[in-house]
Amino acid sequence: MKKTSLYDEHLNLGAKIINFGKWQMPVQYSGIIEEHKAVRNAAGLFDASHMGEVLISGQDALNLVQRLITNDASQMKVGKVIYSPMCYEDGGIVDDLLVYKLEDGQYMMVINASNTTKDLRWINKNAELFENVDVVDKSGYYALIALQGPLSLQIISSIMDKDISDLKYYSFVNTKVNGIDAIVSRTGYTGELGFEIYLQKGKAASIWRMLLEAGNEKGLKPAGLGARDTLRLEKAMCLYGNDIDETTNPLEADLAWTVEFSKEDFNGKKELKKVKEAGIDRKLVGFVMSERGIPRHGYEIKVEGEVVGEVTSGSYSPSLDSNIGLAYIDKGYTSIGREIDISIRKRDVNAKIVEKPFI
Amino acid sequence: MSTPNDLYYTENHEWISLDGEEGVVGITEHAQEELGDIVYVELPTIDEGLDQFEEFGVIESVKAVSDVFTPVSCVVTEINESLMDQPELINEDPYGDGWLIKVELKDKSELDELMDSTEYKSFLEGE
Repeated sequence: MKKTSLYDEHLNLGAKIINFGKWQMPVQYSGIIEEHKAVRNAAGLFDASHMGEVLISGQDALNLVQRLITNDASQMKVGKVIYSPMCYEDGGIVDDLLVYKLEDGQYMMVINASNTTKDLRWINKNAELFENVDVVDKSGYYALIALQGPLSLQIISSIMDKDISDLKYYSFVNTKVNGIDAIVSRTGYTGELGFEIYLQKGKAASIWRMLLEAGNEKGLKPAGLGARDTLRLEKAMCLYGNDIDETTNPLEADLAWTVEFSKEDFNGKKELKKVKEAGIDRKLVGFVMSERGIPRHGYEIKVEGEVVGEVTSGSYSPSLDSNIGLAYIDKGYTSIGREIDISIRKRDVNAKIVEKPFI
Repeated sequence: MSTPNDLYYTENHEWISLDGEEGVVGITEHAQEELGDIVYVELPTIDEGLDQFEEFGVIESVKAVSDVFTPVSCVVTEINESLMDQPELINEDPYGDGWLIKVELKDKSELDELMDSTEYKSFLEGE
């Protein structure tokens, strides 16, 4: 099993460690609900070092990126970040990722930990189509610390010389954090004001400790994968492996805004165009339980006794104090306000389709 | 980790206490800590008859779904209604306010198959 460079910090903080893919990661410290509320009301500090970073550079870097992702990177300025699915030719999702434009002709893709091997194989295979492009896996170089929550700006500012209060959502700067070289981006997986800090592995523990200390009196708490999941679910952000995977396409996942059909050829364009023209068969929707019960990944959805879909993510929502979920539901049954049943341990439990995000 | 002396324990981390003919069943301190924040509880109906080690309910934390099993053959006489609105009582007081069901035992000799607190403690260390 792999450990991030912050592993000892987690142990010292009393974290409960779980196996997450190949990684040993903190699932919680003080408790998922407490950590969740800290992020919504103050701030939380996450170790996201298990994420993969892939550097794509050379004259053909943009061409490769454009072929790989469904979103359009051609209009990006240096210092910008975009979110995009990466698809196979059949329109199935290989992974969802962030693209950072580091320089002209140099991009960094941030990919899901559990997909790194598969993604690199796919990226390298596509790179063969271009003459001047280098693909380098930097996952072993970077640690990634995410500071998320309404007080995150105050906290990070106290250990940075540079003023980043003007940094826009989905933008980044190459800067120093307490004298250490870092990429700081205004991104995150919680839907709150927040920052992600990429820095050399060996320097991560000192910055982690410094941030915890700087935020201590403001209510900052270390937060684990458990809270990360409930926080992203309340904002209806997709989790690869739950809500999207190789058998789902971006259009049914309600990610049409990330598919730029007007750009030149990209992997999956042909198939996705067909889907768009024919209309999607099912759609990822959000729902709230009306009766007692917690929806979980894989539970069936029924309307009048007929199975019309399946839960992809579900949990207790600490912010709403109710039970919520995401599900693929067949077309014709996806309208807001529609009542559906979730099959929980052979019992049909009533729920209602609602607007996303949940909060 | 607290393991009170006057209780009997199962390998699945339930406990039962005995007061005359009546037993009270819950989950252990260790079990609630492993589960984390408990947010949902499903319990049987009163008068339901249960075999020893039969599943009688479900406890869900934010992350996990866990079945609970009766330590002994019994009939359910009471369920802890407060858990419907305050499932967190199990986290806060697993041996007290966080009890799950009260039961009438069918066969007290089944208690001999359970662990006492010393045995349960060493069982936990071996897990």
